[in-house]
Amino acid sequence: MTSKKTKYRGENIAMQKRHWKYWKYSVGSVTFDVINILLLLAFGLVCLLPFLFVIAASFSNPTELLKYKFFLWPKGFTLDSYKYVLFTTDSVGRSLLVSVIMTILGTAISMAVTSMMAYPLAHSNVFGFKPIMKMVTITLVFGGGMIPTYLTIGAYGMLDSYASILLPGAVSASSLIVFISFFRSLPKELEEAAKIDGCNDFGIFIKIVLPTSTALLATFTLLFAVGNWNAWFNYILYINDSTKWPVQVILRTMLSTSNSAIGDSLMMGEDYVPPQDVVRYCTIVIATAPILVVYPFLQKYFTKGIMIGSVKG
Amino acid sequence: MNSSVTSVSPSPPADTSAVTVSKPSAWKRIKRDKWMLLMMLPGILVFILFKYVPMFGIIVAFQNFKPYLGVLKSPWVGFKHFQTFFADESFFRLFSNTLIFGVLNLVFAFPLPIIVALMLNEIRAEWYKRVIQTFIYIPHFISWVVVAALTVSFFGTQDGIVNSLLGTNTNFLANPATFRAEIVLQGIWKGTGWGTIIYLAALSGVDPQLYEAAQIDGANRWQQMWHVTLPAIRGTIVILLILHMGRFLDVGFEQLLLMINPLVQNVGDVYETYVYDIGVTHGQLSYSTAVGLFKSVISLILILATNKISTALGEEGLF
Repeated sequence: MTSKKTKYRGENIAMQKRHWKYWKYSVGSVTFDVINILLLLAFGLVCLLPFLFVIAASFSNPTELLKYKFFLWPKGFTLDSYKYVLFTTDSVGRSLLVSVIMTILGTAISMAVTSMMAYPLAHSNVFGFKPIMKMVTITLVFGGGMIPTYLTIGAYGMLDSYASILLPGAVSASSLIVFISFFRSLPKELEEAAKIDGCNDFGIFIKIVLPTSTALLATFTLLFAVGNWNAWFNYILYINDSTKWPVQVILRTMLSTSNSAIGDSLMMGEDYVPPQDVVRYCTIVIATAPILVVYPFLQKYFTKGIMIGSVKG
Repeated sequence: MNSSVTSVSPSPPADTSAVTVSKPSAWKRIKRDKWMLLMMLPGILVFILFKYVPMFGIIVAFQNFKPYLGVLKSPWVGFKHFQTFFADESFFRLFSNTLIFGVLNLVFAFPLPIIVALMLNEIRAEWYKRVIQTFIYIPHFISWVVVAALTVSFFGTQDGIVNSLLGTNTNFLANPATFRAEIVLQGIWKGTGWGTIIYLAALSGVDPQLYEAAQIDGANRWQQMWHVTLPAIRGTIVILLILHMGRFLDVGFEQLLLMINPLVQNVGDVYETYVYDIGVTHGQLSYSTAVGLFKSVISLILILATNKISTALGEEGLF
């Protein structure tokens, strides 16, 4: 278990650049390059353009949208659709607040519970090490399943409360294992020095281990935050009260409703009601914006292969 | 396992004449590790309350569970729900749908990251490679709900962009003939870019001198790809294939739950969507638990089997 993770840790993967100095021009090679470049460009654009269109359309005047159909820059720039989505109707605005708070709370709880559980388990001589590790690894491959978990949450009286979202997700075996192998790789000398100075285990964890683990903490804060922000299924399973839903679940309700009565009315004085598709575009942008904002950091931490082994899973 | 002793035992064992240092008694170890144990407590409680108690809840699969009677007082029915499920027409439908999705994913979704990684590896301009990588990783971080919303925005009937561009009114998302292909394509769109990372990491470990040597020997691009690049990622491919087979039955539940509609239910229903529908929407709690348990057990067998294969091949197992 220990050696597997170190194999994937970023510092061990020297980013060696492939040398092309002996590369020779030939018709076949150039043709290959051109096709290769174009195919990758096509794939890249297929991944990017839907977002650009939706962003452009959400800031556009709906009548322009009917006229031009597809574009990547706002036509007839307006914020009216957002004003309607965020302030005239209350569901999206409120759900946005829910998403923000739940993301912060969920991430904080996961980070605290996971790191506090992982640090002792990085010491194989800690009391109960073997049974606890066994208990953790079993959950990697087997679980109660959707309905028994639902019944359990119900039996705890947690349905319709945010505890049903925050507590079961506080720690997972896969992230815990990465934390454990990270803490295990830290030098032991610091810990021992602090111990001799009379520091207890919790003090060592707070004062020495956490400050030396910023790479891990930053990566997983982002990872947990993205996971919490994108979560939706547990909400529809455990929370019936639609006023408690986050923006992802509100967006889900916009997938199937074909309410064309709203769609037909465009601009009517102060009672501006954007068509249904524009409402959906705005909500998509709102539900995606935080991810796109932290995306450069996500890329930095995850694509250098810091913990590919775990992130993959 | 790491065997270095980090916590210094406060009181050495009394019998110092013994050559081997015996373990301190349990009580002493608890006292020594009291802070450690306190730190682990919240996590252990989460595991017990939300992972293990539900496992005991599986017994409702063998009951006629009534919420007002509770788990302890509901009548026992043995394997009745399993028999009902095996005899039901939905059993074959769920099984074949899962199998078809699994095979489609294996044939189309699994090899694509390898191909894209190989293509990226052939790009000589580093900046271009980085730009493409930046684009193709984006969908991985987007929620399935947003992916579904984008799909509806582009392929929906009423206001779908594709329909309005073509001037048609085709219901792409409710066509049983194309539904599975759409689901697989959606998965490919979301996962392919991110899937390349692990192969690119393996490729970045290739000694550049190997390419130089091959080039000096007059190997062309294809020969270099075949003799240098592919051997470098062969091990990674095998491991990921084994892991993929272990998760063969996990066919994008979130995705299907979002995309499924009554018109395509027959071709899109898999175990989890069925469990959700029957259990949560229709309240057949015991029956749906039995269906879920059936799937979990098959999954468990697959994972353990593939794990055995991977350790037999000399690779480190999953756990």
